[in-house]
Amino acid sequence: MSIDWPNTVAIILMGIATYACRGGGYWLFRQIRPSPLIRAMLAYVPGTLFVSFVVPSLIQGGWQALAGGAATLSVMLATRNLLAAMTAGVAAAWLVWGLR
Amino acid sequence: MTPVVFTRDGLIRGARDVLPLLLGVTPFGLVTGIASQGADLSLGEAVFMSVFVYAGASQLVALAIWAHPPPLLAVTLAAFVVNLRLALMGPVLSPWFDRFRGWRVWFSMFVMTDQNWAMSVREMNRGGRDAAYLLGSGLPMWLVWTITTAVGHYAGSALRPPPGHPVFFAALAVFVSMLAGMWRGRRDVLPWLVAAAVSVTVARLLPGTFWYIIAGSLAGSVVGGWRDRERA
Repeated sequence: MSIDWPNTVAIILMGIATYACRGGGYWLFRQIRPSPLIRAMLAYVPGTLFVSFVVPSLIQGGWQALAGGAATLSVMLATRNLLAAMTAGVAAAWLVWGLR
Repeated sequence: MTPVVFTRDGLIRGARDVLPLLLGVTPFGLVTGIASQGADLSLGEAVFMSVFVYAGASQLVALAIWAHPPPLLAVTLAAFVVNLRLALMGPVLSPWFDRFRGWRVWFSMFVMTDQNWAMSVREMNRGGRDAAYLLGSGLPMWLVWTITTAVGHYAGSALRPPPGHPVFFAALAVFVSMLAGMWRGRRDVLPWLVAAAVSVTVARLLPGTFWYIIAGSLAGSVVGGWRDRERA
């Protein structure tokens, strides 16, 4: 099996970036205390990041994605069960896909 | 207070406590495997990514923007930004790890994820003094993550769903579900609306790039952080 260098390099870079967060963060934030402003901003990163990823994708995906998104969110809020929410979302997207 | 230790017992206790959580990792790993196959990664590359990067949300974001050749800056930035939260999580466990040097610290940090970090913080707050608990709870997750990625990739290769097939919606469904868990109440309204508006606008202006993720997240976080600072 031959090695696909662009893919391999991309994965290695991702691994380095991820470890810079895991290990580098531990190292850095023991040396310096981040300011309250930085801390407050970083606390918003996960939520806003996922919103920024999800909303444009749902819009771009059309009715199929919007139906799937609505089903996923409803079931997740009702059951707090990731597997159930994902299954409902894919099922709803599949239904709309089949209706096309 | 008894001194912090790093023992085989702690390792085993962490591994035992993480067992129920492995069931939760399984669908996530399968979806990542299917997404890897959808992005045309080979089985070897999919497994290498799960072993070496080992951070599910960032892997899914990167796979969503994967191309041939992959956009190196985009996937690297995606991994960095999605995983920034981990930089703040590690230092919370410093009462355990400050005493140690070398592989005990740096390998433990490598297997730190949202789930086993939360378990370890709980264990530490209950008076647990064995730092090996983090590594012990991380290793089985790392193994299951890798195996389920491979299984998902294999299933994807066997079924070969066409691009746009609803099965790929599963990757997006993971993020929609996680959003429900990230909601912290009213203070999230403004930052999330800003993130949504900016990301949709940038996605329109710069189609086919990934900048909308960075721009939306940055705008929302700055607005939220700035507002909280004004209040404090």
